[in-house]
Amino acid sequence: MKKYLSMLLVGAMLALTTACGGNAASSAAPSSAAPSEAPSSEASSAAAVTGSIKISGSSALYPLVDDAQKKFKEKNPDVSITLNAGGSGTGLKQVADGSVDIGNSDVEAESKLTPDKAKTLVDHKVCVITMAPIVNPDVAEKVKSLTNQQLTDIFTAKTKNWKEVGGPDEAITLVTRPSTSGTRALFKQYALNGAEEASNKSLETDDSGTLLQTVAQHKGAIGYVALSYLVNNDSVKTMSIDNVEPTLENTYSGKYKVWGYEHMYTKGEATGAAKALIEYMQSDEYGTVMEGLGYNVTSKMQVKR
Amino acid sequence: MTKKETAWRWIISACGFFLIVLTLAIGAFLFYRGTGTFTIYGHSVSEFLFSPDWNPADDFTGGGQIGAAIFIVGSLSICFLALLIATPFSIAAAIFMAVISPRAGSKLLQPAVEIFVGIPSVVYGWVGLTVLVPFIQRLFHLQVGYSVLAGGIVLAVMIFPTITSVSADSIRNVPHSYQEAAYGLGSTRWQVIRHVLMPAARPGILTGIILGLSRAFGEALAVAMVIGKRKAFPDSILSPTNNLTAAIASDMGGASEGGEFNTALWTMALLLLLISFLFILLVRKISAQGVHDK
Repeated sequence: MKKYLSMLLVGAMLALTTACGGNAASSAAPSSAAPSEAPSSEASSAAAVTGSIKISGSSALYPLVDDAQKKFKEKNPDVSITLNAGGSGTGLKQVADGSVDIGNSDVEAESKLTPDKAKTLVDHKVCVITMAPIVNPDVAEKVKSLTNQQLTDIFTAKTKNWKEVGGPDEAITLVTRPSTSGTRALFKQYALNGAEEASNKSLETDDSGTLLQTVAQHKGAIGYVALSYLVNNDSVKTMSIDNVEPTLENTYSGKYKVWGYEHMYTKGEATGAAKALIEYMQSDEYGTVMEGLGYNVTSKMQVKR
Repeated sequence: MTKKETAWRWIISACGFFLIVLTLAIGAFLFYRGTGTFTIYGHSVSEFLFSPDWNPADDFTGGGQIGAAIFIVGSLSICFLALLIATPFSIAAAIFMAVISPRAGSKLLQPAVEIFVGIPSVVYGWVGLTVLVPFIQRLFHLQVGYSVLAGGIVLAVMIFPTITSVSADSIRNVPHSYQEAAYGLGSTRWQVIRHVLMPAARPGILTGIILGLSRAFGEALAVAMVIGKRKAFPDSILSPTNNLTAAIASDMGGASEGGEFNTALWTMALLLLLISFLFILLVRKISAQGVHDK
């Protein structure tokens, strides 16, 4: 009798653990969102969106998607959204495999996936991102701008000391991202004119946040990061390229050239909750918030690519 | 009665076989994915093991270089540095716990060592990153504090409890008659430790050292946080470098499935598995020797 009871218990535990994994998130959400008539915005005239969205990918786009999903959830409390960074390469790979619903990327899918996998993905451009070179504040006291050629020489390790470009007598510490990163690909294409960085002379960090911290903590460090990470940040200083500062206005006018479209890819056409989120992010209502977070609104761009 | 006997016997055998099959399956899978670099992309084993040029193409056409020598040297150097730092302290702690002060050993040191084992490796990495790396940077007036030394120290702290507990156990297991005989012949305590206990416990201590080494070899997160991840050979003990586990951890997520980069990372994982097998074989050989000894 006891043996049968214990076997029954083991079987029940196994069943519970496997069943709880998938259903708990979506089944708990509707039951706990009973007072859903509370948000009285005009969007809730249609049925509030339900479902779950899994998003991963670019760390440059991460702050924007994080903010958007919080605002989206205020309007649609029944949606559960999981968001990860991990780099553009990861995002593209995961959305092509089907393990996430939306893959964020700073670069086109064709540059990282095979042509047939890239064909299955549908692109949604949500904003424009500006990449800025950042340096430790002690360098910025003397060096305010670098030419394109100087920047390339620094990142290919031809220039080894800041005094060669008018800075203090300190060795240059390069901080970079893995070669699968979209931030790195954009920077390479538009700031370094396609020159390959000296990977054997730079420290590699896994995401933009870590890169920012590393540059802030080491004298003579230089790296690159999206403007969204510099919004309320004084720990590092940006470097102008050819005396053009990396700002939103300079990107709109086309004076500053290191920018790219931010893509949110879905496998096939976007449906359900994912579609609602992407439409919300592309709406005018959200466009007013974007600039405050350090992203350019696509419709205001005066140059196109 | 016999029906329950056979029923339980089948259940337990099934669980045991399942584990064996699982281990073999993981090995076979790693082997299948890892050898893709050599079969699909046509690289040679000697290029993988000895060439320092690491530049695999993140696509399906291949043509990149997959020399993993930098990572292999990085892994080996921090592991051996960690062993060098940890072993003296571990053996000393083991002798203290087992021989010199068994009561204080079992009440104070043993729980302390066991707590060490329970600390997650990310905590070691975090402490290393926030305390050790800036300290090394200031102490040696370096550009950056990420270095082989930082990796070695972090790993040494991690493997210290493993080596200590296994060594202490093996010292305690030396038959008491050996000690009595030595004392009876008039040896001092140090002579007993040095000439009787240490040689007798040597297989166990070596086992502990190799277990610590295999733990150090496989450590990914703590090492990735302090080693600086620079894809170059370290100029000295104080310069950053990269190792197998950190490279796999940071690049595996982004490399496209089945491309040359991804396959090269699988080959690295296969190499790690083979090295772990080697360590386990060594451990078994040494313990077997110990059993038949004297």
